[in-house]
Amino acid sequence: MPDAILQVRSVSKSFGSVAANVEITFDVARGEILGLIGPNGAGKSSLFNSIAGADTPDKGDILLEGRRISGLGPVACTRLGIGRTFQVVRSFDSMTVLENVMVGAFARVTRARHAMARALEVIEFCGLAGRADVPAHALTPPEKRRLEVARALATQPRILLLDEMLTGLTPTEAQAGMQLVRDVRARGVTIVMVEHVMEVLLPLIDRAVVLHLGRKLREGSPQDMVRDPEVIRAYLGERYVA
Amino acid sequence: MRRPGTSNVIIRRRRRELVVGAILLVLFVLLPLPIGNTYLRGLIVLTLLYAGLSQGWNILGGYCGQISLGHALYFGIGAYTSAMLFTVLGVPPTLGMFAGGILAGLAALLVGWPCFRLSGHYYAIATLVVGMTALLLVQNWDFVNAAMGITIPFRADSWSDLEFRVAVLPFHYVMLAYAAVAWLIAWVVEGSRWGFYWRAVKDDATAARSLAVRVFPSKMAAAAISGFITGVGGALYSQYVGFIDPDSTLGLSLSVLIALPAVVGGVGTLWGPLLGAAVLIPVQQLSIAWLGSAGNGIDLMIYGMLIIALALARPQGLVSLLGVRSQAGGEVAESA
Repeated sequence: MPDAILQVRSVSKSFGSVAANVEITFDVARGEILGLIGPNGAGKSSLFNSIAGADTPDKGDILLEGRRISGLGPVACTRLGIGRTFQVVRSFDSMTVLENVMVGAFARVTRARHAMARALEVIEFCGLAGRADVPAHALTPPEKRRLEVARALATQPRILLLDEMLTGLTPTEAQAGMQLVRDVRARGVTIVMVEHVMEVLLPLIDRAVVLHLGRKLREGSPQDMVRDPEVIRAYLGERYVA
Repeated sequence: MRRPGTSNVIIRRRRRELVVGAILLVLFVLLPLPIGNTYLRGLIVLTLLYAGLSQGWNILGGYCGQISLGHALYFGIGAYTSAMLFTVLGVPPTLGMFAGGILAGLAALLVGWPCFRLSGHYYAIATLVVGMTALLLVQNWDFVNAAMGITIPFRADSWSDLEFRVAVLPFHYVMLAYAAVAWLIAWVVEGSRWGFYWRAVKDDATAARSLAVRVFPSKMAAAAISGFITGVGGALYSQYVGFIDPDSTLGLSLSVLIALPAVVGGVGTLWGPLLGAAVLIPVQQLSIAWLGSAGNGIDLMIYGMLIIALALARPQGLVSLLGVRSQAGGEVAESA
């Protein structure tokens, strides 16, 4: 890929005798929305954690703008420009929305005044403007997802990793969430989304990487993916293959 | 209309805290004047001391969520450093207290280095063990007079030596300055990057790391500041009482007494330690005075029952009675 912002090179990761990722290779193009999809147990989350720096791959490299980031740990990865959200939201519940986002903003600025200004801008961008001074634990589930995005955006990532951000939302909430993802991309942030429910993602993503049983099964446009017999087999089983 | 880039809520709250702090400071400056009773004045001196000590504990145990049951170690280091410098080398305790505070801060870093890799209960237990080990060591260390303790010789009335023929009134102002500075340090760090990082680490260390928060250095910074404040308090105590021994400066009960005002008043809050000390220390001292501390232990039973009652009625701490935002309470108790 000519303008790859992120390169995953033969990444393997095992947990005990379970091979979570086997020799996975793909690129993420600058400015795209990439879907990392696959049924439960496909190895999406462990690959996600390797990219975010939370895990170290056993083999292979992950490069951000040509620079090796695998194994550097979450702090360094965030500093270098990788933001992430968590599948099960991890808000700082004793803090307000603004304070939560300020923690992220402090990754780039030292003074509280600057962090606050930056955080308020991001909060407004994420549609939480009226909720800035509400304690995080008082937010509704979709608001908590937005807070996760806002907090990660405040660290000024070049790539944002979204872990099942749309799962469990009502169709209306999911629509709003997708609009937020498009808006984030319009800011110039490349997006990698993990979802196991494929149909939510299809209208949103530019490209999909399908994982199955720890290996990369297919890579291509979302339209091709839903017609691909291998992908259908992986998701639904043999008898659904036309 | 809100100015873009500012939040009125946080800024206004912090301004209000400063104003309330200033008013309280003025009240406490005037407080001993109408009180002629030396015993009552002494009670206030102790309350101010523990307000400052607990404010120091609160930085590590409250904001950062690292429950320490060994803070007497830092108190003892401060007390012994200042006392030894004064009695052996003649260094004035106004300087000695900084030496003691710095050594105590370094000790807190030394304890934190291995222990911050432990989580939850294990950290609390490790600090408990370290504190009790230090007590045993000092009890048998002849250089500092072992279990006999050190008597601070009285030389002359002097502010630089913190020695006074009638100590209660001057020490009211010494301890008031101590509590006020400890409060101000807490106020400053609460609004700084460290303060945000500490609370993030306490709430969810994994999420904090994903936002580039370096968890271990954050805890170490909290430990150093916390140890420093506690150490300075120990030095002031040794000048106030004029005598220190291992049991009174390094004992487990002191560690608990340093932590309790913050816990009862409101863990991880600015006013918690002050409020907790204002309730607990008078009750503790008065029950000793009325019931006697020798042997029967009824004073401790009353003290214990009060703490249980407060914990049941107000798990978020006394600050929640005032409608002041309590940041932690339950969460800290759970994660401890």
